[in-house]
Amino acid sequence: MVQLSAKDQLILDALTSGCVRTCARLISRIERGEPGLVELLRALYMAGGSEKIIGITGPPGAGKSSLVAKVIGVLRRRGNRVAVLAVDPSSPFTGGAILGDRLRMIGHATDPEVFIRSMASRGRLGGLAKKAGDVLTVLSAMPWDFIIVETVGTGQSETEIMHYAAVVVLVQTPMAGDDVQAAKAGINEISDIYVVNKSDHPDADRFRRQLEAMVGLGLRLEGDRLWRPPVVKTQSLVGEGVDELVDQIGQRFRTLAESPELSRQRFRHRLRHRVVEIVREMLERDIQSGNGMLPDSRLEPVLAREKDPYELAREFLSGGT
Amino acid sequence: MQVSERIKVIISMIGLDGHTMGAEVVARLLRDAGIEVVYLGVNQTPEMIVQAAMHEDVEAIGISSHASNYNQVVELVELLEKNDLKHVKVFCGGNIPKHKVVELKDKGIAEVFPPGSSGKKIVETFLNGTRGGKWSN
Ligand SMILES: Nc1nc2c(ncn2[C@@H]2O[C@H](COP(=O)(O)OP(=O)(O)OP(=O)(O)O)[C@@H](O)[C@H]2O)c(=O)[nH]1
Ligand SMILES: [Mg+2]
Repeated sequence: MVQLSAKDQLILDALTSGCVRTCARLISRIERGEPGLVELLRALYMAGGSEKIIGITGPPGAGKSSLVAKVIGVLRRRGNRVAVLAVDPSSPFTGGAILGDRLRMIGHATDPEVFIRSMASRGRLGGLAKKAGDVLTVLSAMPWDFIIVETVGTGQSETEIMHYAAVVVLVQTPMAGDDVQAAKAGINEISDIYVVNKSDHPDADRFRRQLEAMVGLGLRLEGDRLWRPPVVKTQSLVGEGVDELVDQIGQRFRTLAESPELSRQRFRHRLRHRVVEIVREMLERDIQSGNGMLPDSRLEPVLAREKDPYELAREFLSGGT
Repeated sequence: MQVSERIKVIISMIGLDGHTMGAEVVARLLRDAGIEVVYLGVNQTPEMIVQAAMHEDVEAIGISSHASNYNQVVELVELLEKNDLKHVKVFCGGNIPKHKVVELKDKGIAEVFPPGSSGKKIVETFLNGTRGGKWSN
């Protein structure tokens, strides 16, 4: 069992009973990299329940945020409480950012059953932010029925969302490119559901057929033969196709629940990634924080080529000197 | 671990005000000063801005006002206080007449930028008005 301080216990209780204000504050502390949050995060993981994270990814301007807004609308009509984590890029030059996802979602701006948090990527490549994992741990401990994560506008290799979301939706537009783009590896391989947004565009049906052909040829995980990733046409400004998209998301969660071995396999994959991420963060902290874990004296033999950095790394990991 | 003191603010219009230029320019200036700006755009009511301030846990809100809807800016300040968000500073810029500046400040608006205010001054006010100025050294 995790032993919490009285203060952290209060935070835990507030979160599990759905206190949005507490959640917002804690996310800021996580983003600031405040030390001493590990015990609380551990307890929050233990309080988390079934998986409910939906990842929405796709190229810049594809209509992800507008689509999320409409998906929230449908989920709300069906009685669900929804949290959204929307990531936008930080300026590589100044570290500042303009976070513009929320403005597409103003239709839900005063709904107390909807929580929307914008987050800057802060130099993290891959589509999310370094602290996204911790933030999702917080959200997962709260009584949301679904958690939606919108990535930054992604290219072909920003596939990090697959390590966090139980169900991944890739949003593209008919203007996205030709057949070759549709067949490329990477982002196109990790999606459970494909969306052709801006389907008011004349090329929408042609693009949908290309995607369907690609999906038909696609290799799927052993044990996942039951799920052929559907291609859904949407117009996220007017909400066209969004009911079908939400149905497909629900269907995907159901097929996963009906294939416990497959779900566990996917969950294990995400956990493995999460543990590596936590280890990396712990190591970075130990190495860079001047805690003396790698003082000059330990680097000296490598500098003099009496030892190689691989050996030093191995020693470091095994805690030797 | 390194604690990063990044400032997060909201920039928004309020009420029926379609003039987005000033707000967009300010948002970019703030970004270039290393600030994280949640840009809310047009058609925002005080209620919507307050919920955004709570969810996003921002330190300040900049309102660009070109439609003499100053009452709503005052309403925003009151609503923040009612929601235990008194620590969130409200700044207001736009075509605000001189005699209104004093009145707005009296009603709790932390700073007012009348026409002709320099970008440098706006950025400095945001930096100094948040984290007690700690961040801008
Ligand atoms: N014609 C058309 N335009 C759309 C549709 N959906 C979104 N848009 C427009 O596409 C632009 C981008 O929409 P967003 O929802 O911000 O796209 P996004 O993918 O979230 O963008 P980033 O977060 O910046 O990557 C906006 O101007 C929308 O109005 C659609 O179905 N049809
Ligand atoms: Mg977006």
